[in-house]
Amino acid sequence: MKLVLRWFLLPVLIFTSAVALAVEPDEMLPDPALEARARALSAELRCLVCQNQSIDDSNAPLARDLRILVRERIAAGDTDEEVKRFLVERYGAFVLLKPPVNTRTILLWLAPLMVFLGAALFLFRYLRSIRRVSVDTTQGLTKEEEEKLRALLAEETSQKPAEN
Amino acid sequence: MIIEIGHFALVLALAVAVLQTVLPAWGAHVRDSRLMAVGSPAAVMQVVLVAGAFAALTYAYVVSDFSVANVYLNSHSAKPLLYRISGVWGNHEGSMLLWVLMLTAFGAAVAVFGQRLPQTLRANVLAVQGSVAVAFMLFILLTSNPFTRLAPAPAEGLGLNPILQDPALAFHPPFLYAGYVGFSIAFAFAVAALIEGRVDAAWARWVRPWTLAAWMMLTLGISMGSWWAYYELGWGGWWFWDPVENASFMPWLAGTALLHSAVVMEKREALKIWTILLAILTFSLSLMGTFLVRSGVLTSVHAFAVDPARGVFILGILVLFIGGALALFALRVGELRQGGLFAPISREGSLVLNNLLLTTACATVFVGTLYPLALEAITGDKISVGPPYFNMTFGPLMVPLLIALPFGPLLAWKRGDLLAAAQRLWLAALITLVATVAVYAAVYRGPWLAPLGIALGVWVMAGSLAELASRIKLGQAPLLESWRRFKGLPRSAFGTAVAHFGVGMMVVGVIGTSAYQSERILVMKPGDQAEIAGYTLTFKGAAPQRGPNYREEVGVFEVARNGEPVTTLTPSKRLYDAPPQPTSEAGIYVSWRGDLYAVLGDAQPNTPGGFAVWLYFNPLVRLIWLGAVVMFLGGLLSLSDRRLRVGVPRKAQVRTSPMPAE
Repeated sequence: MKLVLRWFLLPVLIFTSAVALAVEPDEMLPDPALEARARALSAELRCLVCQNQSIDDSNAPLARDLRILVRERIAAGDTDEEVKRFLVERYGAFVLLKPPVNTRTILLWLAPLMVFLGAALFLFRYLRSIRRVSVDTTQGLTKEEEEKLRALLAEETSQKPAEN
Repeated sequence: MIIEIGHFALVLALAVAVLQTVLPAWGAHVRDSRLMAVGSPAAVMQVVLVAGAFAALTYAYVVSDFSVANVYLNSHSAKPLLYRISGVWGNHEGSMLLWVLMLTAFGAAVAVFGQRLPQTLRANVLAVQGSVAVAFMLFILLTSNPFTRLAPAPAEGLGLNPILQDPALAFHPPFLYAGYVGFSIAFAFAVAALIEGRVDAAWARWVRPWTLAAWMMLTLGISMGSWWAYYELGWGGWWFWDPVENASFMPWLAGTALLHSAVVMEKREALKIWTILLAILTFSLSLMGTFLVRSGVLTSVHAFAVDPARGVFILGILVLFIGGALALFALRVGELRQGGLFAPISREGSLVLNNLLLTTACATVFVGTLYPLALEAITGDKISVGPPYFNMTFGPLMVPLLIALPFGPLLAWKRGDLLAAAQRLWLAALITLVATVAVYAAVYRGPWLAPLGIALGVWVMAGSLAELASRIKLGQAPLLESWRRFKGLPRSAFGTAVAHFGVGMMVVGVIGTSAYQSERILVMKPGDQAEIAGYTLTFKGAAPQRGPNYREEVGVFEVARNGEPVTTLTPSKRLYDAPPQPTSEAGIYVSWRGDLYAVLGDAQPNTPGGFAVWLYFNPLVRLIWLGAVVMFLGGLLSLSDRRLRVGVPRKAQVRTSPMPAE
């Protein structure tokens, strides 16, 4: 395993151990509607021993166990919420790829909106401020540039007589 | 011996980098042009030395010199040459050396192509560039030296992870790193501008081509990784919102914003402060991407750098450069004067909206990626932030961006006319409407929002063509006049339109394959048939075969459509010799409708001769990577624009420089 760890390299390489496929034919429920629900639900559940992989995508033995468990609960008549609650009770919120909204995650869920509103407010004030600024937008020359300009002008005037 | 020379070259490069950092910066401070002149030759010298070090390591890999620890750990003599070479950067130490090689190459490019930059600006840029090189060379030499020898030398290496033995993945890191590191130029220019306390339109004009080049590389690098994941990982996924993917995506988002704000700065001298800040942030995110991946923070397979010394060192680099640059920014921001007035509805305004949405999207990815780490560090709670979160937050931010996109290029600078722009887009709107109706009519299943998503992509594509049409007055002027205008358009105008067209293609591909993928998972015996998306696949059985460094079991599927034979797919399951690791090679048939994708699973003990088989049809999926390539080409067109070559010495202009000879 240590060697496998050494081989990391690139984005997406997480799947090093996951080249084989996830949902096996023998796991699937006979009822297509229930199976579709199981698939959708599995995509939102984390394979606990993997890095950010859903049990739907992972071929780890634990993921298989969880997939079978989810299908058992669904076949037993649980709603999606009941299945999730069952898993969270056993494994904690870590199992949910879509974190629940609570005091611990409220910042996470509000962050995009807060950033957007904050930036928009800043922009609004910025746009108002630049409209008030006078038209003087030219940046003066530095001392160096002024000298260079003077030198150039001097050069030009000194060359002019020669041209004539 | 060659290894020791390489090692020595790297140490020398470090010394040169120290000189490049100290002397030009001091020279710029005291206005001593002899000191400032050290920068350029030092930058060129550095890339020569680092290239030497890199060549030495590559040599060790090519000849399989297992007395070098790095080669022993990551290579094998039976590997094909291409993968022995790509193995150089297929590991931590080698990839950091590649990082530094790219960095010094960009630095040398500034030295060579930036001859006409103001002397102090160039000196400061090269000094900043040099300081980044110092930090990373120290990092390599102190914590991640690829030149360490082993005694006694082992007879055979341990091999490269077979999943990395792939052409797309062989070239994925160089492009990705070129992107990351290319943003260091924008960063160096930003810091240099802050040191000097002045920025103007010319500054933006110098920065833009570098940013554009870096952005192009990153675009290609990310899409190569995604393409590889698609065909190698075996279920047709192409983006996973994995933290390590996000680490490369954040600099891309910020870099895209930077490209656009630099336009405003170049044309109108507005948004100066913002552009400087964005340049700093973009490279900071690149550094952070390196840190996230290298330090072990993500505690994933990726983060094999479990050695905390490395993590702390990179964290130090991060704090020094990001903190230092931001502190300098805070200190000097008051001295930068704003310029360029504009009304909210204007080209500038549209680019501001672009920046607002892109940076918010970037911040969203940032928060989603780091929140679980922060929460665990603070409260000990473990949560997961996965694809559902990103799809729910990132997706909605892209919608207004894509709706607004075609309007932007049609608005005038300073004060635009939204109604006039809308009038010029009526044909594009009509095309979009027709496409939407057609998609609704053609697909009777799938999410009801999906056709609107496709419409969004079509809108962007049609809109980018409408922009070109309006620029050449197509339909309003005689055709000949339009042709004349077409030929006269600057290449950057084509670049914009082409790149935006690529964005539209990508959107159509993303929505198409996400919403309308079909899938069959079943057990097939030889002779069994399966239907998917109008294709009939007949399983002919599976047979073992022998490859150069692997054994495999190859399944044969004959594909027919409407009774006509189309192709034969041969997905396989491989077992590599060293290290012995299984991989799965999908059989893919590409058509304009989409990809037929077949994967062979395990033999089923309960069904004699039966194999588990996964069949997918991924409609329009190629448009994702094709779109990325088109975006890259758009960038290339822009880059070839004459205007951007300002600063490149041209033969036609033999004017003596008023600056002191160097």
